[in-house]
Amino acid sequence: MNASSDAATRRSSPGSVRRDFQPWNDPAAKPLVEFRNVTKRFGKVTAVDALSLSIHAREFFALLGPSGCGKTTLMRMLAGFEQPDEGEILLDGVDITTVPPHQRPVNMMFQSYALFPHLSVGDNIAYGLKREGLPKAQVRERVDAMLKRVRLNGFEGRRPDQLSGGQRQRVALARALVKQPKLLLLDEPLGALDKKLREATQYELMDLQTDLGLTFMVVTHDQDEAMTMADRMAVMDQGRLLQIAPPDLIYEAPANRFVAEFVGDINLIEGRVTAVEGDLVTLENQHVGVIELDEDAPSCQPGDALAIGLRPEKIGLSHDEPQQAVNKVAGEIWDIGYLGDMTMIQVMVGGDEGKLLKVSLTNRTRRIERPFAWEDRVWLSWDIEAGLVLAS
Amino acid sequence: MRRFGSFHLAALVLGFAFLYLPIVALIAYSFNASRLVTVWGGFSTHWYVALFNNQPLLDAAWLTIRVALVSATLAAGLGTLAALALVRYRSFAGRTLFSGMVLAPLVMPEVITGLSLLLLFVAGDIERGYWTVVIAHATFSLGFACIVVQARLAGFDRSLEEAARDLGATPLTTFFTVTLPLIWPAVLAAWMLAFTLSLDDLVIASFTSGPGATTLPMRLYSAIRLGVSPEINAACTILIGAVAVTVIAASLLLKREALAGEKG
Repeated sequence: MNASSDAATRRSSPGSVRRDFQPWNDPAAKPLVEFRNVTKRFGKVTAVDALSLSIHAREFFALLGPSGCGKTTLMRMLAGFEQPDEGEILLDGVDITTVPPHQRPVNMMFQSYALFPHLSVGDNIAYGLKREGLPKAQVRERVDAMLKRVRLNGFEGRRPDQLSGGQRQRVALARALVKQPKLLLLDEPLGALDKKLREATQYELMDLQTDLGLTFMVVTHDQDEAMTMADRMAVMDQGRLLQIAPPDLIYEAPANRFVAEFVGDINLIEGRVTAVEGDLVTLENQHVGVIELDEDAPSCQPGDALAIGLRPEKIGLSHDEPQQAVNKVAGEIWDIGYLGDMTMIQVMVGGDEGKLLKVSLTNRTRRIERPFAWEDRVWLSWDIEAGLVLAS
Repeated sequence: MRRFGSFHLAALVLGFAFLYLPIVALIAYSFNASRLVTVWGGFSTHWYVALFNNQPLLDAAWLTIRVALVSATLAAGLGTLAALALVRYRSFAGRTLFSGMVLAPLVMPEVITGLSLLLLFVAGDIERGYWTVVIAHATFSLGFACIVVQARLAGFDRSLEEAARDLGATPLTTFFTVTLPLIWPAVLAAWMLAFTLSLDDLVIASFTSGPGATTLPMRLYSAIRLGVSPEINAACTILIGAVAVTVIAASLLLKREALAGEKG
């Protein structure tokens, strides 16, 4: 078996394993990391607000949020650089709230990489092992193995400033991984890489995590990164966790408006409920008109104000009126954004002072002539399952 | 680059002459064969030979070097610690007062520093001699050392220290394996600055030394009062050379540091 097909099987097989990997749904599972009502204040600002969170062993956990949402503080508390003002943090059932950073079985990959500029690549990676007082031969052996693992063999004599950005990133990763931490924290691990390298590195990180059987926690503001890599992700804002779920649930069933708007593109439509029959909710918006949607056990009453979200790719676009569609509205194309793989079209519905709805089309043919043009009169339609009810 | 006009050239020459003519004269006369200051008797290294046979002067020079070595080491060490405290702990009680007090000796007239130290030693019934001069010099050069190290620490990436802690290093190990190796050029520059300050200090040494602990500047000063001898010129020339070498070395170190800082 050659190397590339080996990599291919490795990549495909964990996928099927990962599908059954849901310790968070198992009430008997003991979490690796537990935040219990943790609060951290900086002066008058509450960075983390009475937050509780469990992360399970072998999980790839992503913490997503806008800058200043408290995600970095949360991670720094796990590493031991910040002390919570209230609450406790448990690792493997042990309270580590007041344990200093150098005594925690947790390692971190810094956003700036924080490579020691006065040490060679080999010495950078060996630094943590030397602190454990391991015999020289063993340090050497583990450093060599790790260098090979991150494809940097032959580079151990170089200084960090003689490396490219991607190589520096791998040294930082190797330096943290060589300690075999119970939990690896990654602060914006791909932030400094260019787009192509970022994509490749994402899959490398996932492979590493599965192969070594480690628990990763990634902090990022890049949703694509979080969605690609994570088993579960948490969306955070203003020191609170808004939703913790696998990426597909976060995207398709966001817990509230903030999550829906923060992750992916969404059309937000506010209306008034006109009828509730079983699972079928009917609402009316002044520009879009009557909308029907399927909602499990709806809690709204006729007359309630209701906000729903509609993802751009869930909306169909046509020149002729779709006769079968339950939800449809006519409009005029105001803007077309061509992105290569897809096109984002903005349609004004309900007259010139109406509402702009975003529709995305996958460009499946190579035809340069596009079926839709500016100022075209078009119809939008969507299923009753497409719309999602959003709590504010 | 703009070319010098004749006015600028004249100003430059006059300025440098004003600054360095006395020193050049001193150095020139140290190689004068004649004993008379006003008469040029031809080139000679005679006075240097005489200098090395002048035991009291050599003793004073040796004492000065010992004072400078020890006080510079004390000042660089304490100055580094003070700089760490000032840069790292942004909000401890009395920080402003502390930073002001560390730097006060920089602007304090030397007479006052010397006098107050003398009073302290007298009040504490401490016998004045070698160690009192060392302590006095360490005290007044500490502020200079602190400023030099502070500048380096201000641009220091703290995540490097956090990374060390994260990888299992205690705070002390972190300091010796990461912080110190990265700031040592500044610490060395601070040491050199303190060394030269101690080497040519007359005022504070006069206040704080006792019988049997006469430093070179003190010895030279008292010798001058009996008349200028070419031997003194020779001693001064050597002193100027020593100070110049350390000052240039220190500034080169700091310059290299600044370049490295820009790159990093």
